[in-house]
Amino acid sequence: MSHLLEVKNLDVKFDTDEGRITAVENISLSVDQGEVLGIVGESGSGKSVTAKSIMKLNPGNTSYNEDAEIILDNENVLQFTSKQDLKKIRGGKVSMIFQEPMASFAPAIKIGAQMVEQLLIHKNINKDEAKSISINMLKRVGIADAEKRFNQYAFELSGGMRQRAMIAMALSTMPKLLLADEPTTALDVTIQAQVINLIKDIIKEYQMGVIFITHDLGVIAQVADHVAVMYLGSVVEKGPVNEILKNPKHPYTKGLLQALPDINNLDAPLSPIPGNIPSPLDRPTGCVFRTRCPHHNPEGKDGKIEMKLIEVEPGHWVDQCGIQCGQNG
Amino acid sequence: MGDNLISVNNVSVNFDYQENFISKKQKIHAVNNINIKIKKGSFFGLVGESGSGKTTLGRAILGANKISSGNVIFHDDERDYDLTNMNKQDLKEYRKKAQLIFQDPYAALSPRMTVRDIIAEPLEVMKITNSRQETDERVRDIAAKCRLNIEHLRRFPHAFSGGQRQRISIARALVSNPKFIVADESVAALDVSIQADILNLLKQLQTELNLTYLFISHDLSVVAHVCDVVAVMYLGHIVEMGPSRELFKNPKHSYTKALLSSIPSIDPEKRSEAIELKGEIPSALNPPPGCVFRTRCPNPGLDCKGGEITMGLTEVEPGHWVDQCCVL
Repeated sequence: MSHLLEVKNLDVKFDTDEGRITAVENISLSVDQGEVLGIVGESGSGKSVTAKSIMKLNPGNTSYNEDAEIILDNENVLQFTSKQDLKKIRGGKVSMIFQEPMASFAPAIKIGAQMVEQLLIHKNINKDEAKSISINMLKRVGIADAEKRFNQYAFELSGGMRQRAMIAMALSTMPKLLLADEPTTALDVTIQAQVINLIKDIIKEYQMGVIFITHDLGVIAQVADHVAVMYLGSVVEKGPVNEILKNPKHPYTKGLLQALPDINNLDAPLSPIPGNIPSPLDRPTGCVFRTRCPHHNPEGKDGKIEMKLIEVEPGHWVDQCGIQCGQNG
Repeated sequence: MGDNLISVNNVSVNFDYQENFISKKQKIHAVNNINIKIKKGSFFGLVGESGSGKTTLGRAILGANKISSGNVIFHDDERDYDLTNMNKQDLKEYRKKAQLIFQDPYAALSPRMTVRDIIAEPLEVMKITNSRQETDERVRDIAAKCRLNIEHLRRFPHAFSGGQRQRISIARALVSNPKFIVADESVAALDVSIQADILNLLKQLQTELNLTYLFISHDLSVVAHVCDVVAVMYLGHIVEMGPSRELFKNPKHSYTKALLSSIPSIDPEKRSEAIELKGEIPSALNPPPGCVFRTRCPNPGLDCKGGEITMGLTEVEPGHWVDQCCVL
């Protein structure tokens, strides 16, 4: 069976004044229908850049490698250049929910008008139909008084409500793939719990594929089926969520888990990952994590081991340098 | 008094609010009738959702917000400072002793000043040091304590990562040799790997420099890890307060319980055990009368549903205080 989305050997580079930056290197991922792929990593690890490449939303100074493929529904998105083609993915087959819902709604246009506008672009329907679809969607995501909210501006809604409206807007075109970029990060925990449950219900109901980007491993544990852990533009470990969180192999994944304060184990010391994430301008050769790795073996430290994912358990892939280091610690 | 550094007595903070110039003036009840005592050398945690009044209370204790009623006393070695009744000279003195660390290390540091100038600024403004040499010495000293590279002092903030920037703002807060630090969401903007590092640094500095912290955060797991005493705030009221282990192991108030259950568990097999709170925090313009939490309470009693029970803390265990509505 072919996947809903398949990303193969993707490199993303940005040309800047200071030189060419490698934001993402050699990434391969896949998402099936009804499946949630979680991408975790620190800021600067290339999570959002990867997601944006799927909609070709990266800025003009971006270059992709020639042999990369992003296959969505049997079409290579990277070869889309015409507006007509891009329209099919942006908001059509793929929708995106952003972190800051206030910044994603136009402040001077009513929420309803924004929802109707995108429906008119992507669906062959008239205004009244679009309005009733939008209001139904607002009701579906749990917004009380949907008719009233439809005629309000984004600033009149609270944070949680805005994020719900954002989700309603993203889903109203019935996309096949939903990209959720830190959708709960700006929310309080109680609201976060509401939004996570909502997203889970909706995935089940509409059977769409989801890429869920977050830096919070707890959120990943709650929503994802598969996880990819990214560090400095590379996937260092990926696999089923249970495997990754309970049986991590890569020292970076282990480090992330140990750095997380666990409320059920207050005696555990907080162990940070030493050092800082290097600038993408001087990306280490070989294993990208070697400058911070606590258990590096001599060859990995010199950068002589190339990045390459190896399957250690069925479906559980780990970078080869990380396998060795992981055994040391 | 003895071992308390800060006493907050019946403090309320109200803000005037007027939607537009013809509408009626209203009052936002940001902080209501708060009583807390912060012991010397303690790590006092303040948790709650956005809009619960954590930051306002923190700023009120620093004298950065006007206190509408009640008072805050800072017990220094020789004398007490009453924040509601202070002259300019006292306020200047107090500023040296109580400092603030901000949330966002990207916004808190001026991009046009070198790290050395940023850290030295409090010394110069408060006229603590007399010569440039002395200033430099103190800057180097505190920078080393905050694990900043001395050679980096001549650089500008843009050259630093989030974690390093947060260390710079900690150094700036500590350079005047304060006794009391308000850390307002100081690790919220950082990645987990760096967050742990900053928390460890704060802990270490506490013992080294005899500091007392008021640690404001929305992240319960962080608070549970670093704080000795925790107060949970909701809509301007403290609903539960106690030693952190006791409070997290044995929460009494339904809001604390809901908050704790909302933390996403790292175990994929333990999905959705969250006590889901319906709706959102009500507006502080007209908070519900009686128990402020009753509009979202998952199991309200008959009396409190009608708002007949007023807010007030009762001691259920030694040092563990819970709002009376949830005890009944």
